[in-house]
Amino acid sequence: MVKTVQPSSAAEVAEVLRDASAAGQTVVPRGAGTKFDWGDAPSTVDLVLDLRELRGLAEHAPADLVATVGAGTPLADLQAALAGAGQRLSVEVGSTAATVGGMLATGEGGPLRVRHGTGRDLLIGVEFVRADGVIAHSGGRVVKNVAGYDVGKLLCGSYGTLGVITSATFRLHPLPAARVWVCRTVQTPQDIHSLVGALLEATVEPTAVEVDLPALGPGTLAVLIEGTAGGVTKRAKSCRELLAGDVSTADTAPPWWNTYPFEPGDVALELVAPVDALHAAVYALHDAAGAAVPVRGSAGAGVVYATLPGSMPAGPVAAIVDAVRSVLLARDGSCVVLSVPPAMRGAVDLWGPVPGLDLMRRVKEQFDPARTLSPGRFVGGI
Amino acid sequence: MSTSSVDALATRLRTELGPGAVVTDEAARRTYECDGLTHYRAIPELVVLPDSAEEVQAVVRGCREYGLPFVARGSGTGLSGGALPVAGGVLIVTSRLRRILELDLRNGRAVVEPGVANLAISQAVAEAGWYYAPDPSSQLVCSIGGNVAENSGGAHCVKYGFTVHHVTGLEVCTSDGELVWLGARKSARSVGYDLVGVFVGSEGTLGIATKVAVRLLRRPEAVTTILAAFRTVADAGAATSAIIAAGLTPAAAEIMDALAIQAAEKAVNCHYPAGAGAVLIVELDGSAVEVAEEEAAVRELCAQSGSFELRVAADAAERAEIWKGRKSAFAAVGRISPQYIVQDGVIPRTALAEVLAEISALADRAGIRVANVFHAGDGNLHPLVLYDERVPGEHAAAEEVSGAILDLCVSRGGSITGEHGVGVDKAAKLPRMFTADDLDTMQLVRCAFDPAGRANPGKVFPTPRLCGEAPRHRSAGDAVEQAAQRAGIEAW
Repeated sequence: MVKTVQPSSAAEVAEVLRDASAAGQTVVPRGAGTKFDWGDAPSTVDLVLDLRELRGLAEHAPADLVATVGAGTPLADLQAALAGAGQRLSVEVGSTAATVGGMLATGEGGPLRVRHGTGRDLLIGVEFVRADGVIAHSGGRVVKNVAGYDVGKLLCGSYGTLGVITSATFRLHPLPAARVWVCRTVQTPQDIHSLVGALLEATVEPTAVEVDLPALGPGTLAVLIEGTAGGVTKRAKSCRELLAGDVSTADTAPPWWNTYPFEPGDVALELVAPVDALHAAVYALHDAAGAAVPVRGSAGAGVVYATLPGSMPAGPVAAIVDAVRSVLLARDGSCVVLSVPPAMRGAVDLWGPVPGLDLMRRVKEQFDPARTLSPGRFVGGI
Repeated sequence: MSTSSVDALATRLRTELGPGAVVTDEAARRTYECDGLTHYRAIPELVVLPDSAEEVQAVVRGCREYGLPFVARGSGTGLSGGALPVAGGVLIVTSRLRRILELDLRNGRAVVEPGVANLAISQAVAEAGWYYAPDPSSQLVCSIGGNVAENSGGAHCVKYGFTVHHVTGLEVCTSDGELVWLGARKSARSVGYDLVGVFVGSEGTLGIATKVAVRLLRRPEAVTTILAAFRTVADAGAATSAIIAAGLTPAAAEIMDALAIQAAEKAVNCHYPAGAGAVLIVELDGSAVEVAEEEAAVRELCAQSGSFELRVAADAAERAEIWKGRKSAFAAVGRISPQYIVQDGVIPRTALAEVLAEISALADRAGIRVANVFHAGDGNLHPLVLYDERVPGEHAAAEEVSGAILDLCVSRGGSITGEHGVGVDKAAKLPRMFTADDLDTMQLVRCAFDPAGRANPGKVFPTPRLCGEAPRHRSAGDAVEQAAQRAGIEAW
């Protein structure tokens, strides 16, 4: 039986991990569970470590634009608290119920990545618990700091295989005075390619450049422009001129903004490509699938999500993923299968080739030699 | 590390790399005895100047075979002794690795060799309207490989971030002599652990970067540089706080105090406003409309905080004029003091006025002078502690004040280094910020990359961790028990 424990402090997390590791039990950390099905299924799970009790804003120094938050805090709660001081953590993620820790551990990013990167880029300090129950920190509470190794970066996107994040300190940004979305209808990946190329060459300075290409009908390219009222008006005007065609401007996001094209039970794909090669990957996906596949995400950063029906047999899914990978690999891109339906687990290689895998295994071996934490969930069976 | 193994390695490398790449002459080796932090010196037993990643690999493999430690060195501008050689060891100098391998503006990337100067990247793409954002003061000469090692910042990182935000991929030579690509050349990221994130800023202790993929940015449409003069540093600090509180994100916000201004005037005639107890340089960049709006706001906020004179650069020449004093500040202090220590510490920006007052009190008590130059936008202080080594006891007093300043930073929740690195200089101070467990955990990364501890040994960590000792071993009985549990587990 899988047991769930819900510690309410880093010390309690440490105790759980100390005991589990002494007893040879395996532990999988979780937050809100929005991405619990991401990654490979752990080979064994004795304990699920539910971190949602580690919540709350431990410290917010508005004048220093810095906040420390418990890992189990829902990102939305953090944003609401910060908004009260006219500030934000400059990330939005598609799993809107996600906790801060879950967002970091899965390396989840969203539209704002064009300007601000992902949680990894905004994280300035972290407290975490090692597999053997030792509490450790890296970074600190100031924005600029190069003392010691930045272990926090290593934990970001590690899927809970190196340590359990218990608290995170972020640099914040002021909420922009004005925001505008400029949307343009697009028909093909080639349209998107040309428009995004022109946008990045211009000085529109978008915060986000998102695309939604449904399986049927035309799609939308949406450009988020943030700044002062006057600046946003001016840049939105240049943006409209640049995009030409069927363009509209709105002060709210389009309904698909910051949502994934997939739902639980679907095959969820993440395509990462150089901005200039994203269209090639999307065409390859369409060709391999023999039909248009819904694609949505950050065209401006070369990170988009796609979905295949969960009812599709594993063989064809693997073949489609392989075809997309071969196009992407030649262009320094990658295709990760974020999630597959339970029946497909083990039948599809979720990660594809992993450069540096040998070093990654050595890192895992150092941090978690007994493979206590989420064994088998990450790349190469880590 | 016997002399005979060094001789054997030198002989081998002369064959493999050519005689010109191997330096054994003592006088020539001595020129590499220190980096920008000159009071630590050690003569490397062998200096090698490889011309390609494969040649770096050949040297590192040789070091592995002969059991020799190695240290990588870029341009030697580092200020924490990160490139201090190991006596008896090998120094690998990247100065011949100066090729820009690829410029890909459609993807906003460049791939360069580690010896390429920071500024050379921006120069290579300037005509097309692009640049590389991190700008350490030494950017004319400092190497990108050194920037990677130190996670270098600069005046503009308050808005644009540090090296780690601008390097997406690295080819690395590990201490085993393997060339491994980490991260992405052209994409936002790669699959697996973020090894680039931890390699950047590891100060040469995880291996040597042999190729670096960097993000390039479009030059902003408009740039405005404002110089505001204040009666006191506290007023200049208050103006900075007001600017940030107003929701503005300046591209740079730099403060110099009276002593730093005096030095800069002597050195470069920067003509800052007479009678200034402090100057604040604020740079704004972005779209022309926004920069104009923000400039008006900054003028207003500076005036409210007591600025008595404010200049705005009308063009690039005037901008350079304003920056001249700031950029020359470290060296300029040499005009008002025979010797000085360049310190690098960080505090929460809001503690600025208080901490500067305490620094001033520390200096007064010790009877020495401290000039302050700092990145006010992110609380990164660079106190310049002045002394004259001919005056008995003054050097010791300066060292003491310098150390006390770091303690002050830590006590305010700050850091012992914002951009210069720990190196050899501050390794002993690292435990002020981190617990033994923290440092032990960081060194797990070291053990993964460099279990034998051959890459830049003696830097960063006060006490090296023995990599053999795993945190906890599990007995065979546990494995059996585990297998039993596994059999009983529900499907995930």
